Amino acid sequence: MSEVPRSATEPGAFSEWLRRSTWVDHVLLAIRISVAALVLVGLAGGLTAGTYSAADFVSFTMFGLTIGSIYALIALGYTMVYGILRMINFAHGDVMMIGSFAGLFAAGALNDAGLLNALPLLALPLVLAAGMAGGATMSLIIERIAYRPFLHVRSLAPLICAIGMSFVLQYAARGLFGTRNRAYPGFGWMEGTVSLFGLIVPIPQIVAFIAALIVLAGLLALVKLSPLGKAMRAVAEDRDAAALVGINVGAVIVATFAIGGAMAGVAGVLYALVFKQITVFMGFALGVKGFAAAILGGIGNLGGALLGGLVLGLAEALGPALVLEGFGLPAPYQLKDVIGYGMLVMILIFRPQGLLGERLASKRA
Amino acid sequence: MSKALDVSNLTIAYGEIAAVREVSFTVEAGEIATIIGANGAGKTTILNALCGLRDVRSGSIRLGEDDITALPPHERVRHGLSQVPEGRRLFGRMSVAENLEIGAYARRDHAARRHDLDHVLELFPRLRERYRQLAGTLSGGEQQMVAMGRALMTAPKVLLLDEPTMGLAPQIVDLVIDAVRRVNGEGVTVLLVEQNAYSALEIADRAFVLESGEITLTGNGPDLITHPRVRSAYLGYDA
Repeated sequence: MSEVPRSATEPGAFSEWLRRSTWVDHVLLAIRISVAALVLVGLAGGLTAGTYSAADFVSFTMFGLTIGSIYALIALGYTMVYGILRMINFAHGDVMMIGSFAGLFAAGALNDAGLLNALPLLALPLVLAAGMAGGATMSLIIERIAYRPFLHVRSLAPLICAIGMSFVLQYAARGLFGTRNRAYPGFGWMEGTVSLFGLIVPIPQIVAFIAALIVLAGLLALVKLSPLGKAMRAVAEDRDAAALVGINVGAVIVATFAIGGAMAGVAGVLYALVFKQITVFMGFALGVKGFAAAILGGIGNLGGALLGGLVLGLAEALGPALVLEGFGLPAPYQLKDVIGYGMLVMILIFRPQGLLGERLASKRA
Repeated sequence: MSKALDVSNLTIAYGEIAAVREVSFTVEAGEIATIIGANGAGKTTILNALCGLRDVRSGSIRLGEDDITALPPHERVRHGLSQVPEGRRLFGRMSVAENLEIGAYARRDHAARRHDLDHVLELFPRLRERYRQLAGTLSGGEQQMVAMGRALMTAPKVLLLDEPTMGLAPQIVDLVIDAVRRVNGEGVTVLLVEQNAYSALEIADRAFVLESGEITLTGNGPDLITHPRVRSAYLGYDA
């Protein structure tokens, strides 16, 4: 019984591993190796093919950062709610859609009043504020209907309710707003491009990236420094202990949903500015992307949501040109969602705690 | 003397099963009271019901003049009730300083808060050395000090302590018990729940023995130490 454990460097380590591992481990290892091989071969092919110039890659990177910061804004809502309730808000993508439409109507009203281009510096913040208000309101309604009744019950009911709310929102929006693609009225000053370090970049992309950074910085400051942020962190760590020091747990949960919804609203408006068109069904796909970003970074971790969003955005923007192109696929950009969702699956299998996350689920009984 | 805590006919149930049945007791202002009892007798259940973390089926809880039976937990803290929970339940990813400050979360009297913080650091000088450290990295005894300090930062009139000496080394147990005494000496009413019955009874003005959800014996602490049933059941002497 007193067998000396072999270290991994000893020659017997591999046979020892073979003996201890199951066929599931072997399959997982095979998947790991083949994914790595696919990426490496694709990378080698993509870099040598020379289809794209260095300038192209820089502009892909900038686009990746822009869409990544929008993913990060959505991911924050998932991760904040998860941090506090240990639940995923499956209607969060549709909160973003509602925020986006709130921005659309605000922009339309400002345009009708002739203010959109007369007061450009005021109009954009107003549109963003409308998006935030729409997102926050929707998020509060979801909290009230799907989550609060189950606050003291351990069940999956909130998740099912949230999925139900997601469909209610989508089809209510379809009935009220129609299924056609909608576009924000043009902000005159956002048309065209600027030349940045010798690169041609569309203005909305820069505006979206900067706006996202400002909002993200504001949120991180709020959580790190304000009393509300401190209360949110306390509730996330231990709900009962937080109540015992006089924190109104219910109010903190409501505030968390409101803030997450406002972030999603900003994301919805910025998405509309960059991609020029929105539909009532946009919430599902973008919601899953935001969810993937939150998982990628480590769910429950704010910095992780930020990192996960940017990594996902960059992977989607650079992946087709860098990796898929190398296989000579005819239309690599049609496959960018394969990269996004593929990363979600891979992360869940191989690193479920995400890039920055800890294994929390088992710690909290 | 006036009643600091008055519990009458408290019944608490988990589903169909009553964990605590028709329990009544009173703690006078300025006293140290203790509830002793075996594992599963319902001690923690009672404390959690007092704090509002568990719903009661019937009965009432009065804190001083106020009926707090229906108040949510954070409102009870505002009325002057605080608990040091079992297992300490610190915010492990916050520093000692943040844990103490968050104890005063609901208070707006900044000068008094600062005064109380100095007071806590005087009571537990060790915390001054650990001030910027993450609470999760402290030793068990130090964590207990933070937990007590955090509860004191709410400026309680009545302080509930759930197994504060559990798992601590003997000299740390003495330090914690001594701190309880000093806090009480400053006018805070204390309700102490302990499995370490001897330490608790030694300092208690009033003691309740809880058995299967009912109070079966009441008396002052030193008297109960000599009570034959307490001696055999909780202090480990032969009957």
